[in-house]
This record gives sequence, C-alpha cells and structure tokens, in this order.
Amino acid sequence: MGQQQSLSITVLDPVTTSPGLFQSMVAVLQRDLRLSIRQKQDLLNPLLFFVMVVALFPLGVSPESEFLKEAGAGILWVGALLATLLSLDHLFRFDYEDGTLEQMALQPQPLFVLVLAKTLAHWLATGLPLVILTPMLGMMLFLDGNSVAILCLTLLIGTPVLSLIGSVGAALTVGLRAGGVLLSLLVIPLYIPVLIFGTGTVMAAAGGSDVSGHLALMAAMLMLAVILAPLAAAAALKISLSAS
Amino acid sequence: MWQFFHKLGSPKWFYGIAGRFMPWLLGLGLVLSLAGIVWGLAFAPQDYLQGNSYRIIFIHVPTAFLAQSVYMMMAVAGVITLVWKMKLADVFVRAAAPVGAILTVLALFTGAVWGKPTWGTWWIWDARLTSMLILLFLYLGIIGLSHAYSDEKTAARAVAVLTVVGVVNIPIIKYSVNWWNTLHQPATFKLTEKPTMVPEMWVPLLLAVLGTYLLFGWVSLYRMQTEVLRRERRTRWVKDVIAAGGGSQLKSGGA
Repeated sequence: MGQQQSLSITVLDPVTTSPGLFQSMVAVLQRDLRLSIRQKQDLLNPLLFFVMVVALFPLGVSPESEFLKEAGAGILWVGALLATLLSLDHLFRFDYEDGTLEQMALQPQPLFVLVLAKTLAHWLATGLPLVILTPMLGMMLFLDGNSVAILCLTLLIGTPVLSLIGSVGAALTVGLRAGGVLLSLLVIPLYIPVLIFGTGTVMAAAGGSDVSGHLALMAAMLMLAVILAPLAAAAALKISLSAS
Repeated sequence: MWQFFHKLGSPKWFYGIAGRFMPWLLGLGLVLSLAGIVWGLAFAPQDYLQGNSYRIIFIHVPTAFLAQSVYMMMAVAGVITLVWKMKLADVFVRAAAPVGAILTVLALFTGAVWGKPTWGTWWIWDARLTSMLILLFLYLGIIGLSHAYSDEKTAARAVAVLTVVGVVNIPIIKYSVNWWNTLHQPATFKLTEKPTMVPEMWVPLLLAVLGTYLLFGWVSLYRMQTEVLRRERRTRWVKDVIAAGGGSQLKSGGA
C-alpha cells in the first residue's frame, strides 16, 4: 500500500545474451587447457608417475623379457589407470576453491555440458600424453610392434573412459578435505571393466585373434560413459556445491 | 498406496510401524533359517560328487544372494532419495550398507571354505568370486563416502548418486569379469528355470534364503529405528519413547 517505487532495471535475458552451448563448451575447454599448460608441473606429474610406476615392475618383479612381454600390457594399463587417478583430484578442486565452479553452475547452459568440456580438457592434458608415452615404454617392456599398436589403440579409447568415470568420483569428493584417497576407493571398482577389456584386447591380439569386437565393446563403453558420466558428475557437483 | 508412501515421510510413524513388524520378521526369519539350515545340514541327501562338503551351500547361497540384492535395494532407495528426497530412503541406505558389506564378506568367506575341498584352493581369480570382491569394494566406497561428509543431507544425496552409478556399473562389471575368466559352477537358482537339484536339496535352500531375507529385514529395520532416533533426538516424541523405557514399540497413547 503506499507509494510504489518505479525502478527501471534493464533485465538482460540470460538466454539470448549468453553464448551458445557449443561456444561455452569451447570456452571452458580453452580455459582449462590454457590453465594446465601454464601449470606445467601439474601437467608433468602424472606422466612422471606413469613412467616411474612402470619402471618399478622390472625392478620389483623381474627384468626377464619373457615376463615383461607377458605382463607388459597389464603393467602399462595399470600404470595409466593409476596416473589418471592421481590427476583426478585436481579436475574440479581449484575451480571449487576459487568459486569458478559456482559460477559455472549458475550459467544458463546445463552444467553437464561444461563438465563434459572440463573432462575433455582433462583427458587432453593427461590421458593423451599417457598414450603418446606408451610406445616408448612398451619397447622398454619388450612388447612387439603389433602389441604396442593395439595397446595404444585400447588406451586411446580407454583413457577417456577413465577420465569420464573419474569425473563422477572427483565431483563427489571435491568438497572434502581428504578427498584424494576416498576418490581412489570410489573410482577403482568402476575402472575394472575398462582395465579388463583394455588388457584383454592386447592379449587377444597377441594370441592372433581378431580384436575388432573387443575394440567395438570398448568404444561402446566410451559412448555410454560420454552420455551418462557428465550427467552424474554434474548432479554430484551440485550436491558438493550446495554443501559449501 | 500413496497414503502409505506419504506416511513414510514421518519418522515417528515409521518408528511405530517398524516396531510392529520387527518381531514378526525376527521370529519368522529365525524359524525359516533354522529350518532350512538344520534340514540342509542334517537331513538333505549327500551330493554325489562333492559329498558332504556341498552343505555349506545352505549358508553360502543365502549370503551371496542377499549381498547382491541388498545393493539393488540400496540403489532403489538411492533413486528415491534423489527424486523424492525422502529421508527414510537415505536412512535405509545407511542402515543397509554395513549389513550388505558383512554379507558380502560372509559369502566370500564361505565360498573360500567351500573352495578348499572342491577346487583345492582357498581363492581363485574366478569370475564370480572376483565380482563379489568388487561388490565388496563398492559397498566399502559407499560406507566411506557416507562417513566423509559432516552434513547429513549432503551425505545422503552424494551416497545416492554413488549407489546409482554403482548399479549402472554392476552389469558391466559382471559381464566383463565373466568374459575375463570363469570357473565357478553356474548359479544354483535362476528365476526362469527349473532348479537342477533334487527338491530335498533346494527346498531347504529356498527356506534359508527366505529366512535370511526376513532376518535382513529385521536387522535393517532395527538399524533404521536407531538412526531415526538419533536424527530426531531433539524432538518431543523421541523423549517420550525414551521416557517410556525405549521399547521398540511406540505406545498408542503417544499419537
């Protein structure tokens, strides 16, 4: 009752003034890649870890070429899996701590799209370098050329799955102080199918059988992960953000 | 039906109704399990191949059965938590997770005991053993996550997301592990097929499974009651319950 204040506020319609889906994905991707290039140590650490873990096996188990030939694919896969796991804690943590993540959640674009872009950036910065390092390490483990090629192919399909599944775990634990170890406990059981098919494909190829079916199954896992993991990770991020 | 669903939102109503169900679950569960186990251990015929050692099946199969279906129940409760935000669903997940983990450990242990005379070793990296081990990891992850948050609402929703993610993965894990290695005898019970055992063997087994379900129902209701009391400890009705001696049954006057 009484006087009405007439305020003139120009309301910017967020739908029409904000960038489109694809534009914002590209923006997030570029930003994350730029950040990881500028923090070179964070980029290098998982790779060094990968090389060192792989070097432990000849030292710890046996340097004989028969053993390494047999176990090489498994060693490299486990090494890549652990290196990915190690890097996951950083996926959302810095953005969570400085508030960027909250701003992302407030964007008109659905959060899962931005999460997908962030996960893609994570894979480009961690998974892809691991795949590129693999031929060298494979030679050191006496794998023959064909096995190395198949191994790289399985890692190329498999490491994005690792990043995607890991994004769910990272999103669930981002608000926790001691999230790192818990993250591993949550994510490792979910990694097992990828590991089984990754190493199984190389074994099958070494046994001389056709591996296109194996690769198709791995690609199916990747498709499933691309569709489902960002949704779950976005839901988990919203939960973590609402707690803070 | 919907009225029942809405009433479940009231912790006090749940506390009372759970108290009324629990003695039945406990009594029937004990009777069925004991009947199944005694029948199975003492009176069922010997296996022509495995002799008496197969009799651990009457403990192994119920625990393994429950270990898997408890996870499914938790996932359903997880969906309910995420969609309808019903607090009791989360209370159930919290109550059931440690029970499920213990059942998984029991299934693995009895499996190992059974494996020694049958396969000659305690542990084999066989598909079904391995997927049970992974199931145990999933349970432990859920328990770990549910204790990691200080805020209960956040913990409830985070755990719900994790159970749902886990349940999507369970078939993938199962098939991949199966493909990887298999040695285990096929499942004893399949819903779609006639059991291959003689009735003197599978009837007691069925009794033991049903009994274990009922006992699980009793344990989880008991644990849920305790959790409800803890969460509602500042309310009037909890104080009334405690003043009345803390019995599991809510006095009818307290409505």
